[in-house]
Amino acid sequence: MAGERNGGEVQPANGVHGGEVQPVNGGHGGEVQPVNGGHGGEVPEIRYTKLFINGRFVDAVSGKTFETRDPRTGDVIATVAEGDKADVDLAVAAAREAFDHGKWPRMAGSERGRIMLKYADLVEQHAEELAVLESLDAGKLLAVVRVLDVVSCVSSLRYFAGAADKIHGETLKMSRQLQGYTLREPLGVAGLITPWNFPSIMFFSKVSPALAAGCTMVVKPAEQTPLTALFLAHLAKQAGVPDGVINVITGFGPTAGAAIASHMDVNMVGFTGSTEVGRLILEASAKSNLKPVSLELGGKSPLIVFDDADVDMAVDLAVSASLFNKGEACVAASRIYVQESIYDRFEKKLGDTMKSWIVGDPFDPRVNQGPQVDKAQYERVLSFIEHGKAEGATVLTGGKACGKGGYYIEPTIFTDVKDDMIIAKEEIFGPVVCLMKFKTEEEAIARANDTRYGLAAGVVTKNINVANRMTRSIRAGVVWVNCYFAMDNDCPFGGRKMSGFGKDLSMHALDKFLAVKAVVTPVHDSPWM
Amino acid sequence: MGSNGDCVNGKAAAAAAGGGLVVPEIRFTKLFINGEFVDAVSGKSFETRDPRTGEVLAHVAEADKDDVDRAVVAAREAFEHGKWPRMSGYERGRLMNKLADLMEEHADELAALDGADAGKLLLLGKIIDIPSAVQMLRYYAGAADKIHGESLRVAGKYQGYTLKEPIGVVGIITPWNFPTMMFFLKVSPALAAGCTVVVKPAEQTPLSALYYAHLAKLAGIPDGVINVVPGFGPTAGAAITSHMDVDSVTFTGSTEIGRTIMEASARSNLKMVSLELGGKSPMMIFDDADVDMAVNLSKLAIFYNKGEICVAGSRVYVQEGIYDEYVKKAVEAAKNWKVGDPFDATTNMGPQVDKVQFERVLKYIEIGKREGATLLTGGKPAGDKGYYIEPTIFADVKEDMQIAQEEIFGPVMSLMKFKTVDEVIQKANCSKYGLAAGIITKNLDIANRVSRSVKAGTVWVNCYFAFDPDAPFGGYKMSGFGRDQGMLALDKYLQVKSVITALPDSPWY
Repeated sequence: MAGERNGGEVQPANGVHGGEVQPVNGGHGGEVQPVNGGHGGEVPEIRYTKLFINGRFVDAVSGKTFETRDPRTGDVIATVAEGDKADVDLAVAAAREAFDHGKWPRMAGSERGRIMLKYADLVEQHAEELAVLESLDAGKLLAVVRVLDVVSCVSSLRYFAGAADKIHGETLKMSRQLQGYTLREPLGVAGLITPWNFPSIMFFSKVSPALAAGCTMVVKPAEQTPLTALFLAHLAKQAGVPDGVINVITGFGPTAGAAIASHMDVNMVGFTGSTEVGRLILEASAKSNLKPVSLELGGKSPLIVFDDADVDMAVDLAVSASLFNKGEACVAASRIYVQESIYDRFEKKLGDTMKSWIVGDPFDPRVNQGPQVDKAQYERVLSFIEHGKAEGATVLTGGKACGKGGYYIEPTIFTDVKDDMIIAKEEIFGPVVCLMKFKTEEEAIARANDTRYGLAAGVVTKNINVANRMTRSIRAGVVWVNCYFAMDNDCPFGGRKMSGFGKDLSMHALDKFLAVKAVVTPVHDSPWM
Repeated sequence: MGSNGDCVNGKAAAAAAGGGLVVPEIRFTKLFINGEFVDAVSGKSFETRDPRTGEVLAHVAEADKDDVDRAVVAAREAFEHGKWPRMSGYERGRLMNKLADLMEEHADELAALDGADAGKLLLLGKIIDIPSAVQMLRYYAGAADKIHGESLRVAGKYQGYTLKEPIGVVGIITPWNFPTMMFFLKVSPALAAGCTVVVKPAEQTPLSALYYAHLAKLAGIPDGVINVVPGFGPTAGAAITSHMDVDSVTFTGSTEIGRTIMEASARSNLKMVSLELGGKSPMMIFDDADVDMAVNLSKLAIFYNKGEICVAGSRVYVQEGIYDEYVKKAVEAAKNWKVGDPFDATTNMGPQVDKVQFERVLKYIEIGKREGATLLTGGKPAGDKGYYIEPTIFADVKEDMQIAQEEIFGPVMSLMKFKTVDEVIQKANCSKYGLAAGIITKNLDIANRVSRSVKAGTVWVNCYFAFDPDAPFGGYKMSGFGRDQGMLALDKYLQVKSVITALPDSPWY
């Protein structure tokens, strides 16, 4: 997830991108860059480490805590209250009370919007604290978090603040003597389970439309990155969001997450994360109260480069599309298809560019790529790299860990990849790209669609006919032509096939949080219908 | 315009404003063009008067064709070369929210300006007019990043979509009855759409519009985006409506002027026109109604803002079973409706806006008497100076009387009796206007039948003046066309461009 971005312009404030990477310290040689300048990356004061229930920070019922670690070093940043079923029950009860008897769903949309605008102002005022917390907990580039993640959070709140007073049902011209209309009412208590790759953006991609709709909610942030959600809950209270409307339960999926997904008094679940866990959530709903579920899951998104493309531009786009946020992005372009006549040039340039990509401390503004979020992810990505080698793909560049501590991995390109290899089929969620060659448009369409996923796709071409045919023919929730990561609050986002269902962002995102009620009454003997 | 009637009860606010006449400081009296306050090219000015006394409140620069030309040039430049239409909707929304914040900070001062200039109740200005305008502006701030075209499933091998683009320079001509609300009713969606505007406020009430121009500049809205040219209809107004470089005109005011505006467009550049004009809105009260509630609602519907409101419920139809009780209580309510200084918090109704309106209303009262209607209460000026008129009720009114057909725009109710639902529908529709209608009944079938059958742009059931930024508002028949409020209002300020591309030999359509 990201704000609007395109081409090679995605890189951090210092303008490092593509082939223009500064050759500081001789470029990327497997060594992690030291911190210099800007924020020193020291651990800030961690103010909120407890569960947030009904407007108060409280310990877990069990008294248990868990550790959240700095992915640069593996060191513990903070111990955080560990929510479990008992805590989820308390949070749901608070959210239920705030919904059934509180003022939030009864307020005018314009009033909710006012409070959300205030919330946005507060997030903006605390931008630096939020950015540092986010970078520290998730190993994200501080410079990017400042200009991208935090800004996206604020604009998401403001977008949906302006949506809260524009929620419309329809009146119906029915076939008989009937008067009918639809009401769109908040669904009730929403369970929101968010991932660790864009902790704050994901928080608001669910919370902002839920607030606008008039729902109350229980949010479970990923256990890897619990800190910003707690901070954001604190700011919500300051902004005047009533107690019980936003509750945050930090904890693990099999305990806290499962308790939300299977809760009999939660009215919907919105989830962003892996396809495997998405399946569990759908099962939990099926086995409990049949709550509606929306799932934004994995992807294996293709980037298709045609031979009329500007190769430099295409390489820049491919690099950012695949390596942005260390490849920890659901829409990462992990399959790159290049038309044969420009393939060799593209391959060389992509290899050179990725070799000069600086991996290091995310608090260093010169750095292009920070560490993977935790040990599990780090090891998972490395195991996929081993799979690729074992399957017979060729490592063009990268292919191993780097740095002396922490979870850093080199940008990795595989060539000679076959469509049926594991590395071409499964989501790796790391800085690993499969580079493949194609001949014809028909072939590119067939291969791009030969996946169980359907989240995003990129097309690079100057030919309008090619662009139009590709955009029509690719089965994906979003198709970016000559750009990538071009997200916008007003542009719906969400997958097809096993990338999930339901939309985040845009007015469509409100649908998940609204129930439609049709009201019908007879019209007797009316002189006009 | 206003809010739910139940807000309006001047008597609830006990504190009086004190003895002497409060006159607010007048800071802005010049034309606002391209971000600067400037004199008229001619050097002329005109007087705006305090309707409480008839005395001059301020001398205001008087715009004419030359000034309108300058304003249109500034608006054109800001549109063609400026950043406003090129900004993201989100950014425009940010600046609009900033303007809303500034209005909230200056709410007292703004309410006082309209109070002195238009004779509007100060208290209501503070609690209704200014907050409603702020809410309107925020509504469209939140709309600016939600302007959507559509992608099209065109038959055949084509790829098509529509773009909604700002229409360009918009001429906005507003009336004097709700100077602040009307300004933002038009300006807010125009800004959201990315248009630039030339606003001519009514000559009776030029002051608050100039103040808003000043605040817009403080908020960071670029120069040239909002221009304000106070002046008269036949000069400044006509210059806007017949201008060859104005892309759209939106007008709220009388049906007569609406007609001249359409003619001006027809004779100049065929600019798009939207008109929100007069009304003679019926209030229909059925036998099953609670009579006290019905009296209260219908009283507000006609006397609110001294009857100077396009949606005033000026024809009241009462079903025969409760007619006598209604008459007794309505007369009593009208007599208790306190007329006086609008700055006095105990006052229910201030003076008519100016001498012309004052005399026009009195003339209609004379016509009503001559036509044979029965004057139940009121019927003459109140007080010995200023433009105050007593709340007036005529009974025994016939559909073909002038007081039942024409818009009086004052505190004059025409009261009529009816027997059946079908009869009242037919009578309610017996009007050249179709702006609003009120229904008071507990019976669902009656509510549904009458709502369907009345030809009006808004139907209020068991409420009146229930405006909301999200609810489209505008007329049927000679009450005009085009809608203000709601996402629909944006259409007036947007062009639609269809883009079609050939899509040869695609494996999937």
